Amino acid sequence: MSYRLPARPRARFSYTRWQQRFAPYLFVSPFFILFLVFALFPLLFSLYLAFHLWSPLDGLGNWKFVGFENFALALGAQDLFWQTLKNTVWIGLLAGVPQHLVALPLAFVIHQSLRRYQSTLSTILFLPYITNAVAIAIVFATLYSERLGLLNYARGAFGLDPVRWLGDPGMVPYSVAAVVFWRYLGWNVVLYLSGLQAISEDVYEAATVDGAGRWQQFWYITLPLLRPMMFYAFTLTIVGNMQLFEEPFMLLNDGGGSGGAGLTTAMHIFNTAFRDLDLGYASAMSWLLFLAIFALSMVNNLLFSRGGER
Amino acid sequence: MTSTPVRAAPVVARPRRSLRGWRRLPLWLLVGLVCFGSVVPFYLMFVWASHPGSEVFAFPPHLWFGSALDDNFRSLLQITDGKALRHFWNSLYIALVATVTTLFFCSLAGYAFAMYRFRGQRVLFAFILATMLIPPLVMDIPSFLVMNNVLGWVGEPRALWVPGMANAFGIFLMRQYIASALPRELIEAARIDGATEFGIYRKVVLPLIRPILATLGVVTFVGAWNNFKGALIMKLSEPDTLTLPLSLRRLGGGATNANVDWGAIMMLVVITVIPLVIVFLVASRQVISGLTSGAVKD
Repeated sequence: MSYRLPARPRARFSYTRWQQRFAPYLFVSPFFILFLVFALFPLLFSLYLAFHLWSPLDGLGNWKFVGFENFALALGAQDLFWQTLKNTVWIGLLAGVPQHLVALPLAFVIHQSLRRYQSTLSTILFLPYITNAVAIAIVFATLYSERLGLLNYARGAFGLDPVRWLGDPGMVPYSVAAVVFWRYLGWNVVLYLSGLQAISEDVYEAATVDGAGRWQQFWYITLPLLRPMMFYAFTLTIVGNMQLFEEPFMLLNDGGGSGGAGLTTAMHIFNTAFRDLDLGYASAMSWLLFLAIFALSMVNNLLFSRGGER
Repeated sequence: MTSTPVRAAPVVARPRRSLRGWRRLPLWLLVGLVCFGSVVPFYLMFVWASHPGSEVFAFPPHLWFGSALDDNFRSLLQITDGKALRHFWNSLYIALVATVTTLFFCSLAGYAFAMYRFRGQRVLFAFILATMLIPPLVMDIPSFLVMNNVLGWVGEPRALWVPGMANAFGIFLMRQYIASALPRELIEAARIDGATEFGIYRKVVLPLIRPILATLGVVTFVGAWNNFKGALIMKLSEPDTLTLPLSLRRLGGGATNANVDWGAIMMLVVITVIPLVIVFLVASRQVISGLTSGAVKD
């Protein structure tokens, strides 16, 4: 007995199989199309511009090659770039360091002893994070008002002299940093809370059995196991604070207040690009700021990779 | 990691480590103080919006609500030439369009990365993640150039929402959720039943990922609603194209100017903040857990 194998049907075009193969490419394509148009091409263009002198009023093609002149100008002493970078880092430290010094213990306390209220507390603390920066800057500007503000009114009640919160160049960084601190504290608490939740209870139980006290548990268990989350939270703070724009811009106007003490690099770049229309120079500065952010992230990375288990 | 971590066994050792009774008082004081600080500016803006503009700086300061809400609202309409509601609508329009398009494109791409196997998948996904490292600030000038010199979109609302429609963060968030929450068998079953690929996404996937859609939706809405710098750069500065943040800046810029009507300004502040608070309070639990589940390393 022998069968003849039936002739194998010729591979026909199958819509089902065809769309199964190509659907994923179609589904992910919007990102890449948008990236090409709105990110890749513009990024390369801005890098190109950084070596040129150009204003949008000159029209496309009429840029003048100046080599590294833009960068040299920014890094030289006669421009504001260094000053604004100093301002930015100083305000960033004033806002960022207390943020984590408060957020971490606060999250720890909530996680340990007030766990039942955790989601309510998170919601309350998270509110500032979602508010509109412009709206909140106006509220703080009224609080800071020199003669009429609530803060100086409160100081007066204790017999203290009024402070020029937004008028005294030495005071400005603190006033701006306070708003930034206020806005992002809750976000950091929420981050740390979720980090704490990820730590297994077994570890604490074992430590309790071994006789470790509350402080020992915090130092030898919580902190080390929270490292990845701390790294993440620090990174976000650094990257965010280095680009600080809206709060000082609203509180102090585009000049950065008296003495320019609140002029951040982001504001300076904005002014150069969109007020003075010197886009080549502004591009060069934005790339320098990018390098500064990158360098600080690397330092952060080093701090966290050294001495840790991983 | 799943979006809502399920705690396995009841915790036995916890009572030993947590403070009880009156010993908690200092904790409550500390936490209460911080919460108070978080909420007070909101409280004040509502108080101020309900008093005549001349009394925002009254001595002693008002700490309770007044009765000038409607006066302030009328005055706001007056000093914005009746455009205040138009600005509200502009903000709402941009935020809603941004939200809908972002949810659509990000969930579609996230689904593709989570549930398909295709050539180049890993490289493409790694590339998307890598783009998150570019600080937004570096994009300001180049995107202005594209809008101004290539597309001619400056001054138009779409300049604000088109570039972010499919963004790396959204795609990442969606992929993480879909990969952990949807079983692959479900997709196979739908295929066997003869559904098209897009049909599966629309009828099977979309309904099942509502929680993470809510998270990304709120985040996108809030981000678009608050977008001040973008509106500034893209020059949405005509009376008819102003969004709320720019409108606020117009009125309240040069902050301590005493000639402006502070009642009207505070009214606009409140109008700007209320939708944010509502949107967030409705979905806060979902937003917070969704955001942090995406934030923690996978």
